[in-house]
Amino acid sequence: MADFLPSGIQLAYLVAVGLFIVGLKQMSSPATARQGNILGSVGMLLAVVATLIDQHVLSYTMTAIGLAIGSLLGAWVAYAVAMTDMPQMVGFLNGLGGLSSALVAVGEYWRLTNSGATIDPIVNISILLSILIGNVTFTGSMVAFAKLQGIMPGTPLKFRGQQWVNSALVAGFVLGSGWLLFHTDPAVFLGINAIALVVGVLLVIPIGGGDMPVVISLLNSFSGLAGSAAGFVVMNNMLIVAGALVGASGLILTQIMCKAMNRSLLSVLFSGFGSGETIVSADGSAIQGTIRQVDAEEAAMMMGYARSVVIVPGYGMAVAQAQHAVREMAEILERLGVEVKYAIHPVAGRMPGHMNVLLAEANVPYSQLYDMEDINPQFPYVDVALVIGANDVVNPSARTAVDSPIYGMPILEVDRAKQTIVIKRGMSKGFAGVENELFFKEKTVMLFGSAREMITQVANALKQL
Amino acid sequence: MENIISALFVFVLASFAGFEIINKVPPTLHTPLMSGSNAISGISVIGAILVASSSENTTLATILGLIAVICATINVVGGFLVTDRMLQMFKKKES
Repeated sequence: MADFLPSGIQLAYLVAVGLFIVGLKQMSSPATARQGNILGSVGMLLAVVATLIDQHVLSYTMTAIGLAIGSLLGAWVAYAVAMTDMPQMVGFLNGLGGLSSALVAVGEYWRLTNSGATIDPIVNISILLSILIGNVTFTGSMVAFAKLQGIMPGTPLKFRGQQWVNSALVAGFVLGSGWLLFHTDPAVFLGINAIALVVGVLLVIPIGGGDMPVVISLLNSFSGLAGSAAGFVVMNNMLIVAGALVGASGLILTQIMCKAMNRSLLSVLFSGFGSGETIVSADGSAIQGTIRQVDAEEAAMMMGYARSVVIVPGYGMAVAQAQHAVREMAEILERLGVEVKYAIHPVAGRMPGHMNVLLAEANVPYSQLYDMEDINPQFPYVDVALVIGANDVVNPSARTAVDSPIYGMPILEVDRAKQTIVIKRGMSKGFAGVENELFFKEKTVMLFGSAREMITQVANALKQL
Repeated sequence: MENIISALFVFVLASFAGFEIINKVPPTLHTPLMSGSNAISGISVIGAILVASSSENTTLATILGLIAVICATINVVGGFLVTDRMLQMFKKKES
C-alpha cells in the first residue's frame, strides 16, 4: 500500500492535467466553454484530494481551516462582484495566486533553514525565482486592482529617476540572491522579499487605464509562471504543468492586446501613454471642420429609418453601466426592421473581452458581436455607426497621421459608414491624449451626454416613430 | 540534477502545449479564458497544502502555509465560480 500510494497520487495528477488541457481546449468555443470550465474545476478538486492523501501531509488541521476559509471567501466574492468590475476581480484573484506561490517558497525556505541541512543550490534558485515572480505578481496585481477599483488614480504615476530606482532594485535582488546561494541568511532573505514586493508596485504604477488590458494579461501570465516556479521548489509536476499552461495563455493574450494597440510590450511598460509629457501634441488645431451636434430625437430618426446600424461600445459604456439600455434600444431598432450588429475592438474596455462580457450580461446574443477584422469590410455598407463612449479605437488618424502616437493602431473604421453618431460626455480626448478627427468629419454627428441617459432618450424617441 | 532536467522538460513541453491549445480562442471568450486560467493558476494550493501540513506542530512554515492555502483557495474557488457565472450568460440568439 505504501508503495502504491505515491504512484497513485502521480496518476491522479496526470488525470487532473488532462482535465485542465481538455477544459482549456473547450474554452475556445462559446458552446463548450462552460463545460470546459467545469472540467477544469473537477481537475483541480482531484489534484487537491490526491495531495491530501500524500504521506508528507502530517497534519490536517491547518489545511482544513485554510480550505474552508478560502472556499467561503472565494464563493462570496465570485457571487458578489458586478460584471463591470470583472477586470479588478481578475486582478485581485491573480494577486492572491501570486502571493500563495511566494509564500510556498518562503515556507519551504524556512523549513529547510530550520532543518539545518544545507539547501541544494537548484532548490535555492527555484525558491528565489518563485519569490521574485510571486511577489511581483502579488503587489503588481493589487496595484492594478486599486487603479481599476478607483482606490488609486488610474492615471500613470511617474517620478523622476524611476528607471534608476528600478535598476537599483533589480541589482539589489540579484546581489542578494547571489549571497543567499552561498549563505543561509534570513535577514537578506527578507530583504529580497521586500525588494520583489516594491518592484511589483513600481512596475504597475506608471501604467494608465487604457493600457490595463496588457497589464492584466501579463500579470495573468506571471501568476501561472509563479505557480510553475513553486512547482520547481516542491518538485511537483502538477504545479509545473498547470503553471506553464496559464503562463502560455496569459502570454498569448498579452501579445494579442499589444498587437491591437500597435505597441510593443516594452513601450507599454516603460513609456506611460497619456502621462502628458511623452505625448507629442498631434496638432489639434490642424483639424479642419466643425462639430455637428444633434439631440436624441434626431439620432433616433437617423437610426430608426436606417437599414443597418452597427453599435461600437467603448469603456464609456461600461462606466455609465449603459449595456442594458443599449440592448433595449437595439431591440426596438430590430422591431422597426433595422439590422443591428455590435463591433468590438480587442482593447475596448479594461481587460481582454471586457465588452463581450458586459453585452452578454445584458442578454445580447454573442452571434451579434463582430470582431474588428470581420466588421471593418462591412462599414461602407452600414447606414449608421453608433459609437458609445469609445474614442482612440475609432480615430481615423491612426491610418493617416504618421506623427500621431496612435499611428498604425488597428481601428474600427466607423468613418467609412454612411453616417456616424458619437455619444460622448464632452470633447475630452481619449486615453492616448490625441484629438479625434472623426468628430469633425462631415458625416459625423455628436450626441453629448451620459451614455445611459442618451441611449434611454433615443429608445423613447424610437418608440414614437 | 536529473530531477531538475526532467522538470524543465515538463515545463517546456507544457508551455508549448499551452500555446497550441489557447491560440485560437475567439475574443468573445477572452475574459472567461483569463479568469478560468487564473483559477487554474491557483494550483499553487497544492504546494501550499504540502507546506501547511508538513509538521504536527505549528511553526512559522505551517502558518505561512496556512495563509498560502487560504489565498490560493480564494483564487481557485472564486476564479472557477465567477467564470461559470460569466459563461452562463453567453447565449445564442433565442429563436
